[in-house]
Amino acid sequence: MGAVRWLLLKDLQILRRSPLQSALLVVYPMLIAVLVGFAISRGPEKPRVAFLNEVPQSSRIVVGGQKLPQANVQGRICLKVECVPVHSKAEAEEKVSSGDVLAALILPADLINRINSLSTLTPGTPEVEVIVNEEDPVKAGLVDDRITALLAQANLAIARRIAAEGSHYLDLVIKGGNLPVLGTTVHILGLEASAHILEALEPALPPGPLRSSLAQVTEFAKEAGENLDIAGPLIDRLAEPIKVHKVAAGGSSPPLEIFAIAVAATFTLALVTVLLVAGSLALEREENAFPRLVRGLVSEQALLAEKVLLGVAVGLVVTLLMLAGLQIFVPLEWSRIGLWLAAILLGGAALAAAGAALGAIAREVRAVSLLAFMVTLPIAFLSLVPSGAIGGGAYEAIKVVTALFPFKPALQAMTAALDSAAPSIGVPLLHLAALALAYGVLARLALRRFATV
Amino acid sequence: MQAQGLVKRYGNREALKRVGFGAAAGELVAIIGPNGAGKTTLLSILAGIVAPDEGEVEIGGGAVGWVPQQAGLYRRLTVEENLLLFARLERHPDPHASCEEMLELTGLDERRGEIVARLSGGNQQRINIAIGLLARPAVLLLDEPSVGLDPRQRARLWEFVSGLAGGGTTVIFSTHDIQEAERYGGRLLVLADGEALFDGSPEELREVVRREAPEAADRDFEIAFVAYLQHRGH
Repeated sequence: MGAVRWLLLKDLQILRRSPLQSALLVVYPMLIAVLVGFAISRGPEKPRVAFLNEVPQSSRIVVGGQKLPQANVQGRICLKVECVPVHSKAEAEEKVSSGDVLAALILPADLINRINSLSTLTPGTPEVEVIVNEEDPVKAGLVDDRITALLAQANLAIARRIAAEGSHYLDLVIKGGNLPVLGTTVHILGLEASAHILEALEPALPPGPLRSSLAQVTEFAKEAGENLDIAGPLIDRLAEPIKVHKVAAGGSSPPLEIFAIAVAATFTLALVTVLLVAGSLALEREENAFPRLVRGLVSEQALLAEKVLLGVAVGLVVTLLMLAGLQIFVPLEWSRIGLWLAAILLGGAALAAAGAALGAIAREVRAVSLLAFMVTLPIAFLSLVPSGAIGGGAYEAIKVVTALFPFKPALQAMTAALDSAAPSIGVPLLHLAALALAYGVLARLALRRFATV
Repeated sequence: MQAQGLVKRYGNREALKRVGFGAAAGELVAIIGPNGAGKTTLLSILAGIVAPDEGEVEIGGGAVGWVPQQAGLYRRLTVEENLLLFARLERHPDPHASCEEMLELTGLDERRGEIVARLSGGNQQRINIAIGLLARPAVLLLDEPSVGLDPRQRARLWEFVSGLAGGGTTVIFSTHDIQEAERYGGRLLVLADGEALFDGSPEELREVVRREAPEAADRDFEIAFVAYLQHRGH
């Protein structure tokens, strides 16, 4: 144990002598913390969209000869995007092609007339114009999605307004009331009142075919009044026939900001421990000190244990520093620090053991650092691929690969430690313990195989 | 120290072929030979870093200090930090005292606080040797200790090593420099293709050359040595 202590002290002295490395170890997590903090505390930026509304102010959607109040579609759209008002189509095109805005949305002057024509014998096709810059396929896809969603919302708003108006008229037919027509008010009797009047008239008629016919009409008025009640909710549903009922399956997901913090913390822990341990072990051979050390001064196991300890200690400090930085943006439950420590220590140990296995392969620090980057980064990104995002076979393959490297279980442990509603931390911790042991054995074998004098 | 019948194979190649020799306390033994002769392999076996396939090594008593050809130390630590670290790893009862002793022995006391990477190759080699001496070895093994040193640094190094031998330490070193081996080696062990061709003093080697390659007997020692190897088929 004494040798491990002195080697650990030596590695910390070397770390202290490398100002750039030490600064990176402090600056890097703080930078990540600030970036993640801003990202999760400010929410997504609204995309800038040029908006040209050529529809005359006085235009209204007409239902049954009645003008509907304005649906304020423009106001609704501009809640979701940052509307940049333009005065002509040419100006809109110029703004899109210059990259000033992501897209342009043009409501043509005849839009309302075309909507109104839908209820006539010569229906037109209401259209809006969208101008997008297709030079970047990712951006084009994003804009398409946004505009499609916005138009779906606009359609829904109009459909709701029409459905509400339809329900109002239906109500008038059933219950009666006043209907304003051409500046005057017309009283509508309604089916219910009609049925009452007819019912009252019925005894006054002598039995015979006339009274029997009146009874049939009375019955119709009653039934129509009762059954048309059902039509009201139907018209309402017409505006939004399908509603989403979301049921969480396969475990509840953590709040987005907690997941973002867990990803940032695990990413930092992984990079710091894997790179530091791999580099530090390679340095022993690059400095030619390795044969001197294992010639009776310290065993290979003790040397590996010292490197893992170094990785865990530095990883712990750096990750806690990052979490403290994030506390500025998102309140964290410091009462759960015991679980945080368990996740960081075991995650750090497994990642450090993986770093030791990588560091044992080559003797040049630069080669090992590159190797550590090339292994850690892709696996970290693969670990973030959600199920269903890619084909079943490929996802199964990713699941296997990510289960063999400590990043994903470390992320699961970190998420469970940060989120009180998350599933138990026990399984990922056991997974990490198994990986730490397996990579420790691999590192030992690699050292014996590749680090011969 | 006694080595007997040492054999080392790397695949089908025999790097050492039944090599045996002995060295007494205070003796300075130079192992010489062309590249690939097996010098480093022999020293690594004597140091206990590589296990022989056959044969054995006996150390009369005390530790074996090993000084690798490439300095095995930490270049980002200071001279003092390096010595202190290895003294601690050697479990010295008073590491600071051992460190002071080595600083005095190497003459680097005034440069104790300097980062090793900033020192000259000669001074780095002195620390390399000092670390090898921390084990207080009865036998010190040096693998090509003067490579990369200028003549002044080399002279200082040999003065230092000779002083150690004078103090009773058995010193065994390998070198490519035949003149250096003749000048400082009390005994020479000539290796070629893993085989021990000669074991004796420089004067005795001259005698052998005179008998086996008389045309080179009166030339300088390096030419005489090359002629001897050629005569032996190497």
